[in-house]
Amino acid sequence: MVQPLVPPQNTTRPQGATAPKVTPPPALEVAGLTVAYGEKPVVFSVDMTVAQGTMTAIVGPNGAGKSTLLKAVLGLVKPLSGDVRLFGQTLNRARDRVAYVPQRASVDWDFPARVIDVVLMGLHRELGLLGRIRPAHLDRARACLARVGMEDFATRQIGQLSGGQQQRVFLARALAQAADLYLLDEPFAGVDAATEKAIIAVLKDLRAEGRTIVAVHHDLSTIRAYFEEMFLINTRAIAAGPVADVFTSANLQRAYGGRLGEAQVAGMQAAGGAAP
Amino acid sequence: MIWQALSLQLGYNATLVAIGATLLGIAAGVTGSFLFLRKRALVSDAVSHATLPGIGLAFIAMVALGGDGRFLPGLMLGAALSSGLGLLVIGWMIRRTRLSEDAAIGAVLSVFFGAGIVILTVIQSMRAGRQAGLESVLLGSTAGMLRSDALVIAAGGALVLLLVFLLRRPMLAVGFDPDFAAVTGTHVGRIDLAMMGLVMAVTVLGITTVGLVLIVALLIIPAVTARLWTDSAARMVLLAGLAGGLAAYAGAAVSATAPALPTGPIIVLASFVLFVLSIALAPARGGVALLLRQMRFRRRVHRRQGLLALAAGQPIHEPFTLALLQREGMARADGVATDLGRAAAAKALLDEARWAALRADPAHGLTASRYDGLSPIETVLTPDQIATLDRDLAQNPQVS
Repeated sequence: MVQPLVPPQNTTRPQGATAPKVTPPPALEVAGLTVAYGEKPVVFSVDMTVAQGTMTAIVGPNGAGKSTLLKAVLGLVKPLSGDVRLFGQTLNRARDRVAYVPQRASVDWDFPARVIDVVLMGLHRELGLLGRIRPAHLDRARACLARVGMEDFATRQIGQLSGGQQQRVFLARALAQAADLYLLDEPFAGVDAATEKAIIAVLKDLRAEGRTIVAVHHDLSTIRAYFEEMFLINTRAIAAGPVADVFTSANLQRAYGGRLGEAQVAGMQAAGGAAP
Repeated sequence: MIWQALSLQLGYNATLVAIGATLLGIAAGVTGSFLFLRKRALVSDAVSHATLPGIGLAFIAMVALGGDGRFLPGLMLGAALSSGLGLLVIGWMIRRTRLSEDAAIGAVLSVFFGAGIVILTVIQSMRAGRQAGLESVLLGSTAGMLRSDALVIAAGGALVLLLVFLLRRPMLAVGFDPDFAAVTGTHVGRIDLAMMGLVMAVTVLGITTVGLVLIVALLIIPAVTARLWTDSAARMVLLAGLAGGLAAYAGAAVSATAPALPTGPIIVLASFVLFVLSIALAPARGGVALLLRQMRFRRRVHRRQGLLALAAGQPIHEPFTLALLQREGMARADGVATDLGRAAAAKALLDEARWAALRADPAHGLTASRYDGLSPIETVLTPDQIATLDRDLAQNPQVS
């Protein structure tokens, strides 16, 4: 029943000893990005590089510009300045390789649609304006639902889903995009423990397939267990690199200001380190 | 007379008008559904009111050029130009000022309509304007409708439906989640523009039949009516087309029975009747169904509470609960459980324990999310799963 998804289009991955050695372009490269709402900069002069095949958490306090950074990368808000490259290309050229999981609360769940209809929206680009939805498309959409453990809900009304189920449907829709770079906005916000486990398992699978994950993340206690790279932001970029290097009390103090005590950070580091 | 009108026996012209109006109603209902799902129903009100100055100016221009001021395609062109201008102004106000969309719509709608009324008054004072009867564009009239007018409406309606069919997928995607649609390469701005264009086309086609004041009703009421009946967007669009077509057909036919009857208000009333019937009768979202569901739910809650009370050995005093349990033969008039009641109470208690075990086990996360304190465990688990659960319960009796 579960069919393999389209393999990553990443042609620069190592393909054997005889393949010529080429440095793959980063999955995401942001240079000098500034975004303002009105006259208040939310993201200021941010540089960010995400290597292919990594799993990165974007972390920072409320209003630090985490979601705005993602939206600017996806062209959903217009930056004042700066340049965004995906796999070394402009967004429009790389669109087929990018998938997006927006915040669950950003849509009206009373919309008249079934779960499978929402997942099929991930195939709209492939279908084009006139393409018909064929059994093969439905099979793929169902396979994506199966990956997030929601195959029994395909014909369920989206308004009847719990928060965690809604989040899984959004992830399934992104899986249907069969992309190489997954951008997720707070995928674990307000979901049940089972959903959180299911989502992180899918993300780690994607990562194992060589795809790149970038997620806005708010739960400091799980960063060590879930992610390998970390990008700390509070309007300006604070620190970036492997979680082990960046997740320090000094960096967190700089990002969160006085809101986090030394003891709290130490506690979270311990908790994060101990988690599976 | 009305029956004759509805069965298209009032002659060639009335029949033509009824058919044209029906097509317009279908196009309006279908287009309005997408507008409603995009949550921009109010924009259609601005679009329709902003047509009035254009209609007046087009009339003056055509008369000045020596033509017939009531030439329908000319009036439609004027209407389209001025409502297009209205939309541009609204868009500009939202982008350049800090006004919200509803405020911008209110401002543009009233200013354009006011200007249009002034221009109509000027036309009334012109020699050619006196017999023009141009005020029929406000509320619609089929009395003076020509065969060519009906053909224009029919062809325009068909064109609108074709375009809606082509754009259905992106329009729904943008309505549900514009950000995601944009990420998949849909030009949200262009789709919105196309949707406004379609709404404008429906409005312009409807100025003679429904009139511009009430066309908004033909765009929105069928969509709202259809939403009551279904949870599928595709079915909703089709039902809205049906409701719009029916209402327009009935309105046009009835208004043809007397020359002084304005068409628009009758069409709107007809579609309102469909709406009221739907709100009362629709199975999922209608008022009657809702009431029945609430009553059934109340009974389930009371029955469950009563059984749990019986299981705890307490007599039932609450009259509604007692009546329910008595009717099922589970309790005596003094509130004490019968044998049947004791068995049902024991089952209810066991279910509670099973649910508690289920919810304590993270492996059952999704199933546990369906816990409502009322449903028997059999509705979510197979007999095998229940047996497993019971074995676990027997090993850890403290879970309950």
